[in-house]
Amino acid sequence: MLGRRAVLISTASTIVFFTAVVVAVALSPGSDIVRERFFSWFHLKQAAPEVADAFLLNIRMFVIAEVFILVLALLIAIVRGIPGPVFFPLRAGAIVFTDVFRGVPLILVLYLIGFGVPGLGLQYFSSRSEVTYGIVALVLVYSAYVAEVYRAGIDSIHESQTAAARSLGLSRWQSLRFVVLPQAVRRVIPPLLNDFIGLQKDTALVSVLGSIEAARAAQIYGAEQFNYASYVVAAALFVLITIPLARFTDHLIERDRRRRAAGTVS
Amino acid sequence: MSDGAEAIRLDAVRKTFGTNEVLRGIDLSVAPEEVICLIGASGSGKSTLLKCVNLLESVDSGRIFVGGEEITAPGVDVNRIRRHIGIVFQAFNLFPHMTVLRNITLAPIRALKLSRTDAERRAVDLLERFGLADRKDEYPDRLSGGQQQRVAIIRALAMEPDIMLLDEVTSALDPELVAEVLNVIRELAERGMTMLIATHEMGFARDIADRVCFLDAGTIAEQGPPEQIFSAPQNPRTRRFLQRIIEAGRL
Repeated sequence: MLGRRAVLISTASTIVFFTAVVVAVALSPGSDIVRERFFSWFHLKQAAPEVADAFLLNIRMFVIAEVFILVLALLIAIVRGIPGPVFFPLRAGAIVFTDVFRGVPLILVLYLIGFGVPGLGLQYFSSRSEVTYGIVALVLVYSAYVAEVYRAGIDSIHESQTAAARSLGLSRWQSLRFVVLPQAVRRVIPPLLNDFIGLQKDTALVSVLGSIEAARAAQIYGAEQFNYASYVVAAALFVLITIPLARFTDHLIERDRRRRAAGTVS
Repeated sequence: MSDGAEAIRLDAVRKTFGTNEVLRGIDLSVAPEEVICLIGASGSGKSTLLKCVNLLESVDSGRIFVGGEEITAPGVDVNRIRRHIGIVFQAFNLFPHMTVLRNITLAPIRALKLSRTDAERRAVDLLERFGLADRKDEYPDRLSGGQQQRVAIIRALAMEPDIMLLDEVTSALDPELVAEVLNVIRELAERGMTMLIATHEMGFARDIADRVCFLDAGTIAEQGPPEQIFSAPQNPRTRRFLQRIIEAGRL
C-alpha cells in the first residue's frame, strides 16, 4: 500500500505533468487549427455513430480471428514439440509456418490472400468476402506469433513435472494435456494478451482489401468533412476496447496467484 | 529366464550419460515385501538406478524384470508398467495448479479409468490414513514440505502400486519435518510394501531395511543385512563411506 505522503506526491506530480503537456500543446502555433480539426466537439459527436458502427466490424474480426488463433497456435506449438523421427515432417511444417508468417509483413499477407486467393478461381475459396480473407490473413500471421508464446510457456515448465506425470502412468499426451499445458498457458497469459491487443489494432489493416472498418470509416468521414475528429473517435474506441480486457487479465492473474501462493498455512 | 518369486530383478544393468558411466553392471534381486535401502555418496548412481526401474531412464545394456516381466524389452507399454510402480522424488514434484485431491485423483481417473467418485474415495481414505484429510482442498504451495512429500507419497499410493521407489524423499526437508515422512514409509514397510529406497538417512536405513546396498561408482560394492553393513562392513570402500558419515554426525 502507498502511504498518505506517497499518494499526495504522486497526485501532485501527475497534475503538474499533465498541466505542462496541455499548456505546451495549447501554446503551440498551430494549436487553434489542431483543436478545430481534431477535437471539434461538433465533429466528434457527428463522426461517432458512423465510426462506432464500423468498429463493430473490427470487433467481429478480432473475436473470430482470436478464437482460431488460440487453437491453431496451440496446435502448432504442440506439433513442434512431438518427439521422434517419424514426426519430423510435421515438426518441420510447424517451423516453416512460423518462420514464414512471422517473417512476412501482415499487409503483404493481406494482399497475397485477399487478391491472390480470389484470383485462383476456385469454386468455394475464391468467392469469399474480403472480411473473410482479412480474418484468414490475421489468423495466419498471429498464429505464428502466438505459437511461439505457447512454446515458450511449455518450455518453461520444468521437466520434473512431466517426469512426475509419466511416472504415474499417464501417457505423453495426458501429461501434456493435464499437467504441462494448464501451467504453461497460465504463465503466458500476459504475453497472449499483448498479442491479442496487437491483433485488435491490426484489424484496421484489413481496410486495404476494401472493407469499411473503423479506421477506414474515419478516413472517409475526414475526407468528406475536412475534419479529422473521426480519427480521434476511432483511436478512442481502440483504446477503450483494450482497457477492460487488460484489467480483467490482471485480475485473473492476481486471483490465480493468491489462490496458489503460500499465504497463511492455517 | 526370470523367477516369478522376484518382485524386481536387475541383470548387469549399465547406463551412461555422455562419457559418464553412472551404472556399471548392477545385479540386484528384490523379493516381494522386501525393503531395500540404497546408500552411497551423491553421484554413486542411486537415483539413476531407481529411474531405470521406472523407465524414466532407458538402460544402455542389461535387463530389468518387474514381477517376472522384462520391462526393458522393446515394445513394452511403459504406461502400463509404470502404473504398477510408484516413485516419489526428492523435490516432491506435485502439480502446483491442482488441489491436493486433484493431484491424487488425476492418474487414477485418467490412467486407471476410475470414476471420479471412486478415485476421490480412494484419495480421501489415504489422506485420512496419513492425517492429511483436512488438507485435501489446499494447493500444494500452501503446505509444509513434509506435508507436500506425504501428499506425493499418497499420490503414488493411489495407483495401488506393487512396488514403491523412493528417491531421497527427505533430502529437501527441514530436519524437524523428516520424521513425519519417515513414519509414513515405516507404515508402508509394516504393511508389506516392496520398496527400493535411496536415502542418506542412515539411522532410518538401519531401522527399516531388510537389506542395505552400498553403491559406489556405479556398482553395488557391498550388500547385506543392515547390522552387517553398518557394524561390520567388509569392503574398505564401505568402511570409508560410513566413516565419513559418522564424522559428519549423520549416524
